[in-house]
Amino acid sequence: MSTATDTGVERIAAAFAGAAGRAALMPYLMGGFPDVETSARIGEAYADNGADLVELGVPFSDPLADGPVIHAAGTRALEAGSSLHRVLEVGARLAHRLPVVLMCYANPILARGVERFADELAVRRISGLIVPDLPLEEAPAVLAACDEAGIALVPLAAPTTPEDRLAAIGARARGFLYTVSVTGTTGERSGGDAAALIARVKASTAAPVALGFGISTPEQARAAADAGADGVIVGSRLVRAAAEAADAGEDPAAAVAAVVAALAAGLVR
Amino acid sequence: MGKTRIIAETGAGQHGVATATACALLGVECVVYMGTEDMRRQKPNVERMGLMGAKVEPVDAGARTLKEAVSAAIRDWVANVADTHYVIGSAVGPAPFPALVRDLQRVIGDEARAQALESIGRLPSRVIACVGGGSNAIGIFVPFAGDPEVALVGVEAAGDGIETGRHGAPLTLGGRGGVLHGAYSAIMQDEDGQILEAHSISAGLDYPGTGPEHAHLRDTGRARYVAVTDAQALAAFQRVAKLEGIVPALESSHAIAWALGPGADEVRGESGHVDLICLSGRGDKDLAEALAAIGRSE
Repeated sequence: MSTATDTGVERIAAAFAGAAGRAALMPYLMGGFPDVETSARIGEAYADNGADLVELGVPFSDPLADGPVIHAAGTRALEAGSSLHRVLEVGARLAHRLPVVLMCYANPILARGVERFADELAVRRISGLIVPDLPLEEAPAVLAACDEAGIALVPLAAPTTPEDRLAAIGARARGFLYTVSVTGTTGERSGGDAAALIARVKASTAAPVALGFGISTPEQARAAADAGADGVIVGSRLVRAAAEAADAGEDPAAAVAAVVAALAAGLVR
Repeated sequence: MGKTRIIAETGAGQHGVATATACALLGVECVVYMGTEDMRRQKPNVERMGLMGAKVEPVDAGARTLKEAVSAAIRDWVANVADTHYVIGSAVGPAPFPALVRDLQRVIGDEARAQALESIGRLPSRVIACVGGGSNAIGIFVPFAGDPEVALVGVEAAGDGIETGRHGAPLTLGGRGGVLHGAYSAIMQDEDGQILEAHSISAGLDYPGTGPEHAHLRDTGRARYVAVTDAQALAAFQRVAKLEGIVPALESSHAIAWALGPGADEVRGESGHVDLICLSGRGDKDLAEALAAIGRSE
């Protein structure tokens, strides 16, 4: 059990270790979608139904790494009044339940200033930070600020990442290494054999390896775990469930609960 | 490179037409992303691309203009990088795209510099070009960058006026730099770092960012950046048509508007002053849109 004095890096490590015998489940949530309060309840539903960590997205005007489902959710969140500050407050609330890893594009971080940004995460007990458009070469300033604040800066690797670059990414991974299972943007897909990729990434780093992008079903999550992934990230499937419930006038938190529970059951080895 | 598929994005449609032309010549599949608002206002170029066998992929996100078209092309490229080459249309995007585009576009400046020396026996006093993403401008500026006697002036879109917020002039506006489309440069953004929507009557200048080398030229003082409004550009569009029988693109009309207006005032009374203006595109594509706007303003 983590304590209030654990750093983000320690909380994430404990979450992966606590998932012994299975892969850690890390569902994604768009902060402020469909509205700020409901998004916090969606995160709590994740915690109640078997999530080990949560990835909390900051909506951005130009989300280059995201496919249509998460892009649309981000646009709707911003239209509904979501903001960086409000998403950080959602993160603070969820951090009482499970480790929170923030997913934020580079420009909002630069706009706030990297040191201040890292401090704002730390005071809310947010554990980690994923910046999908921060390349290795531009990462040192953000990494230094995160290290100073005890925040895990989680890097990404893709199937197209060459060996020498993967080694450099693996060496400076904090928390875990986010492995993009397919080339392309976020979104539900079928097919793809991740075993070779996971093996390659695991050889590059001492950090846990989590697989994301394209994973939507319990079978796919189970296959990723069987292929050696230490963690599985599911995004668009859950955001779609929340959007469909919101559009139908139903409770998005109830809708995602069933999906997360099925994913968690699939990960039991 | 082994690539069998070409993608591009386009705002005004000029780059899309050029890419479609090259693909038709080579018999290569071509997909051009274009915002649906730009497809409406640059319809002749959409038709040209289709005639040449390119597929114009409509982009309906955001303001449905150039920024979203670039985003859609980048998303396609990261998904299909194994067989697809992205021919980016401006001096923007992640490295090395801005440098690639600059080096290919500099043929404009190399030829202009040689022609100036040949025809007037000297270099121009000023080189003036419109700047959206800034490809034509960087192409004509670079060969003159080592000639300190030549002033470099980039003209951005002031749209309805800088003070209205409805413009495409991040270099003129100044303020904090930021990251858009994988490059750190001058951008239009809010306090939280969200990218703002640009506005310009010309699709090619309707972009809230700019090429990173322009921000560098501004910050080092080698080039200066100014902006003219939609109305000023339209007036220049009409004036050049009447005086010269040339219909310039609405984008290029911004450069002309500055040269004939504020730029002319700056050098009034100076003898031997020579301006070189980059007429980066023809205005046939803009006729319907420009005539409608002129009609509204009369």
